[in-house]
Amino acid sequence: MIELKNVSKWYDDFQVLNDCNVQIQKKDVMVICGPSGSGKSTLIKCINGLEKIEKGDIFVDNIHVNDPKTNLNELRAKIGMVFQNFELYPHMTVLQNISLSQIKVLKRTADEANEKSISLLERVGLKDQASKYPANLSGGQQQRVAIARALAMDPIAMLFDEPTSALDPEMINEVLDVMIELAQDGMTMAVVTHEMGFAKKVADKILFMDEGRIEEMASKETFFENPKSDRTKLFLSKILSH
Amino acid sequence: MIKNFDFDVITGSIPFLWKGLQVSFYLTFLALVGGIVFGTLLALMRISNIKFLKYFSMTYVNFLRSMPLILVIFWFFFLIPVIIGRPIGGFYSAVIAFTMFEAAYYSEIIRAGLLSVSSNQISAARATGLSYSQSMIYVILPQAFRNMVPILLTQAVVLFQDTSLVYVVSLRDFMTASSIVAQSQSRLVEMYLFAALVYFSICFAFSFMIKRIQNRKVTT
Repeated sequence: MIELKNVSKWYDDFQVLNDCNVQIQKKDVMVICGPSGSGKSTLIKCINGLEKIEKGDIFVDNIHVNDPKTNLNELRAKIGMVFQNFELYPHMTVLQNISLSQIKVLKRTADEANEKSISLLERVGLKDQASKYPANLSGGQQQRVAIARALAMDPIAMLFDEPTSALDPEMINEVLDVMIELAQDGMTMAVVTHEMGFAKKVADKILFMDEGRIEEMASKETFFENPKSDRTKLFLSKILSH
Repeated sequence: MIKNFDFDVITGSIPFLWKGLQVSFYLTFLALVGGIVFGTLLALMRISNIKFLKYFSMTYVNFLRSMPLILVIFWFFFLIPVIIGRPIGGFYSAVIAFTMFEAAYYSEIIRAGLLSVSSNQISAARATGLSYSQSMIYVILPQAFRNMVPILLTQAVVLFQDTSLVYVVSLRDFMTASSIVAQSQSRLVEMYLFAALVYFSICFAFSFMIKRIQNRKVTT
């Protein structure tokens, strides 16, 4: 469903992505990990065209993402994205946050949109917070609202960019629980994260990046028990040592 | 000395002065709204990726900010009739002049306001399928304006004071009206004292209000 072919990207002279090839099948969960600055976030931002690529091709649901003729707004409406710092709109209530693009992009009526928003809030366990402003919620609650906002567009795939990195430890699980449920429901997901527990539980494939290259892409069993690349072994020894 | 003052001249000319004050208020209001609307467009052009719009905005803002306001008022008073072929009167030429002039200043304030909103907000908005202009209208501009309200209002106080310059095109604002009374009745000291008091009261009250708004922003 999501395919990256020979993708390269530069920031001026600095190459952030180096000939990356990735395939994510429908209903698969792909966990992307690697040291900071390795290009993980850039990689998933290329999938919905938030970042431009200089070389290669990206296809999502047979739509050619980097073709200049592609309507990126239409494409993005079909791909949900969750950010590290939640990025809820601070001047809108929780309900307005979730309803805005349903009304403006999908042209739902306000009633339809709000109804959908409320049912999604119920799903992430925040129905009673609908009229609050983001500033009055905890980080974990804000991130769950952000997930609901992405789901409101009925996406065919979800992208997560370090969704738990900005959270206090005691709030990480409430967000991961929502994501695990989503994975089990069959959502196609690409998740940049260091939460190896999450990866072990729901990942179909794990991708390890270093310096803009894909060092290893393997099933979770192979990845954790029998990694091929030395760089991956070193990384795993560091993050799994305790 | 105070015994020689005749303050009756003020009470007698209150209707006339009130008319002048209305002109000042009306001009301030129209120039404020026009300046913010046009200033927002200039700011959006300035941050746009389209080179022509960017450089047009930069040139406009730098040019207008290098001109004395009084010259701009004159200019439009004489220029517009030449362009459209008929006079439009002091008031409307002043409204246009102030709008064009203030827009240059507002655009810089608004641009700073736009840049104060994290660029991740626009990524988040666009990731849900909103277009660039929808993201600006629903997500970025409302946040930018909330951050800018105190500075924009402070600029409005300055604008209100600057409207007194319209005497150069013989528009009867409050200042001009006070002058007319002062000179026709030969009561310069009383009238100019009174005019100062009026300007001070209005601007002080307004500034006080702005402080209240700022404090409320801090506590929320």
